[in-house]
Amino acid sequence: MELLEAIILSVLAASTPLLIAATGELVTERAGVLNLGVEGMMIVGAACGFGGAWLTGSTIIGAACGIVAGTLLSLIFAVMTLGLAVNQVATGLALTILGIGLSGLIGAGFVGERITPAPHLHIPGLTDIPLVGRILFGEDAFIYFSLALVIGVWLFLYRTRAGLVLRAVGDNHVSAHALGYPVLKIRMFAVMFGGACAGLAGAYLPLAYTPFFIPGMTAGRGWIALALVVFSSWRPARLVIGAYLFGAVTILQLHAQGLGLGIPSQFMSALPYLATVIVLVLISRARTGGSTAPAALGTVFVPDR
Amino acid sequence: MQLVLEKRAERSTTIALVSPLIAIGLTIVTMSILFAILGKNPILALGVYFIDPLTDSYSLQEIAVKATPLVMIGIGLSLCYLANVWNIGAEGQFLIGAVAGSWLAVKTQGTGAGYWVMPAMLLLGAVAGALYALIPAICKVRFGASEILTSLMLVYVADLFLDYLVRGPWRDPAGFNFPTTAEFDPVATVPVLIEGGRLHLGAIIALLVVAAATVLLGKTIKGFEIRVVGAAPRAARFGGFNSDQLILLTFAMSGALAGLAGIIEVAGPVGHLQPGISPGYGFTAIIVAFLGRLNPIGILIAGLFLALTFIGGEQAQIAMKIPLDVTKVFQGILLFYVLACDSLILYRFRLIFPSPKVSSGTA
Repeated sequence: MELLEAIILSVLAASTPLLIAATGELVTERAGVLNLGVEGMMIVGAACGFGGAWLTGSTIIGAACGIVAGTLLSLIFAVMTLGLAVNQVATGLALTILGIGLSGLIGAGFVGERITPAPHLHIPGLTDIPLVGRILFGEDAFIYFSLALVIGVWLFLYRTRAGLVLRAVGDNHVSAHALGYPVLKIRMFAVMFGGACAGLAGAYLPLAYTPFFIPGMTAGRGWIALALVVFSSWRPARLVIGAYLFGAVTILQLHAQGLGLGIPSQFMSALPYLATVIVLVLISRARTGGSTAPAALGTVFVPDR
Repeated sequence: MQLVLEKRAERSTTIALVSPLIAIGLTIVTMSILFAILGKNPILALGVYFIDPLTDSYSLQEIAVKATPLVMIGIGLSLCYLANVWNIGAEGQFLIGAVAGSWLAVKTQGTGAGYWVMPAMLLLGAVAGALYALIPAICKVRFGASEILTSLMLVYVADLFLDYLVRGPWRDPAGFNFPTTAEFDPVATVPVLIEGGRLHLGAIIALLVVAAATVLLGKTIKGFEIRVVGAAPRAARFGGFNSDQLILLTFAMSGALAGLAGIIEVAGPVGHLQPGISPGYGFTAIIVAFLGRLNPIGILIAGLFLALTFIGGEQAQIAMKIPLDVTKVFQGILLFYVLACDSLILYRFRLIFPSPKVSSGTA
C-alpha cells in the first residue's frame, strides 16, 4: 500500500508538466495556430524558473520567471507566424532549436546548484488519512493549479462568448474576420497563453520535480505534450486522462527498471516515446471518418482589406 | 498610421536571391549584441567565429568534415520539405544508420575480411536509415498520424538503442568500461583523401549527392512531382500524382541520406560507435535546408556556413571562454531570420495612413 501511494504520488508529479504544457498548447491550437516550439519554451522556462528560485529562494518568483520566459519566446513566434505570415511548422522548430541553446546559456551558471523543492500542502488531519490523504491533500501547489487550469480552460472554451470566438477563429479565420473579429489579435493572445503555460510547465521540473537544473532536462516532454493535444482530440477533459496515462507510463517504467526484470534500462526508458507513436497511430486511425482538429490549424492568415 | 503585410502580385526574385544574405547579416548583428551582453568584445568574438577557422588548413578540412553530414542530411530533408511533409527525425535516422553499419564492422572485427566491408557498411547504413524513416511515413500514409511527432519521437528511441548497444553487447572488452565499441578495422573505415589529413571520402559522396539531387529536381519527372505536390497539392491531384507514394519516397530518400551520413561519420572521423556521435547534425540540417532555400547548391553553401559556426564555436570556447551553447543560439536565431526574410519574397510591408473610410483591420 505504501508503494501504491508512492507510485500514485509520483505519477501525479510526472503528469503535471505534461498537463500544464498541453493545456496551453490546446488553447493555441484551438485558435488555429500550431506552435511546435513547446519543447523550446519549456526548457527555457526550466532554466529561468530555476534561476529565479535560486537567486531569490522563492518558488513563486521562480514560477513567475518561467512564465515570463515562455511568454516572451511565444511572442517571437507570434510576430513571425502572425505578423510575417511565416510557416508555423518551421518557426516552431526554430523556436525549439533557439530554446535549447538559450537554456544552456542561461542555465550554465546554475548547473550543480540545488534549491529547496516547492512545499507540499499539509492540512493536519486530512493529509494524515492513510492512503488517500497525501494524494488528495498533500500535493504541491502546481498540481492543484494544473487541474484548476484545465477546468478554467474548459469553462472558457465552452461556456464563454470569448471562448466561442476563439474556437471560431481556429475553425474558419476567413469567416471570423468577415464577422469583424480581430483574428490575429486573438491568435496572438492564444499563442502567449500557450507560451506562458509551457514556461510554467518547464519551471515545474526544477522547482518541484527534481530540485536542480540539468541541460536538456525536459527530455522531449514538450513534444509529448503536443502529442497529447492530438490524443485529446482538442478537448480539455481528455487531456487530463492522456496526461495521467503518460505520467503512469513514465513512472511505471522507472519502477520496472528498479525491479531489475532483466530488461535493459534503455528499452524501458524508450517506452514513453514508443507509447506516443503507438497512441498517435491508434488515435489517428480511429478518426479516419473525419478530423476533429481545428479546421484552420496551422494555416497562414493574412487579412484582406 | 499602420504597418500591414500584403501579398505581392508575384514572388520577388530579388529578395529570393538576397534574403539568405540579409538573414546572415541580421544574425551577425544580433550575435554582436549577445557577445556584448556576455561581456566579450564583439569584434574579436566574430573574428574567432567566422574568420579564424578560414585561415588554417586544419580548420578548413574540419569545416568540410562537419559540412559533409550537414549537406547530405540537408539535401534529404529538402526533398521532404519541398513535398510539404515534415521529417524532423533525421537525427534518429542518422543514429540508426550509424548503428546498422557498425553492426557489420563489429561482426567482421579481426576476421581479416576484405575491402568489401566498408562499402557494405555504407549500404547497410543507408538502407537502415531509409527503413527507419519509413516508419513515420507509413504511419502518416496508412493511419494519418502526424509525421512531425512520430519522426521526432523515434529520435529518442534511436538514441537509447545506440546507448544500449555500446554499453551492452557491443562494448569493447578492452575499453576500460567506456561506452564504446572497439576501433574499427582499417577495411571498415572510410579512407581519408589526403594522407595524414582529416578530409575523407564522405566529402566526395556529399558532392555526388548534391549533383544527384540537382538532376533529380531539375531534370526528372519524379523531381517535378515532388515540387508540385508541395507547392500545389490540388494541381497534383488533378495531375494524377500519387501523393502517398511521394511521401514514402521522400521520407525513404531523406532517411537513406541521413543513415548514410551517420555511418560515414562513424566509420570516418569518429572511427568507432559511441554515444554523442552527433552534435545535433539532424536538427542543424533543418536550418541548412532552409538557409539553402531547399536548393541543392544552396544547401551545399549553407552546409559549409553552418559547419563554420560549429568550428568557430569550438575555437571561441577555447580562445575566449564563450559557452558552446552560443552556437545553438546562433543557429536558432539564423533560422528565424531566414524564415522572416523569406516571407518578404511573397509578401511586402506597407504603411497605411488612416482614412475615415477604412475600417480598422488587424495588424
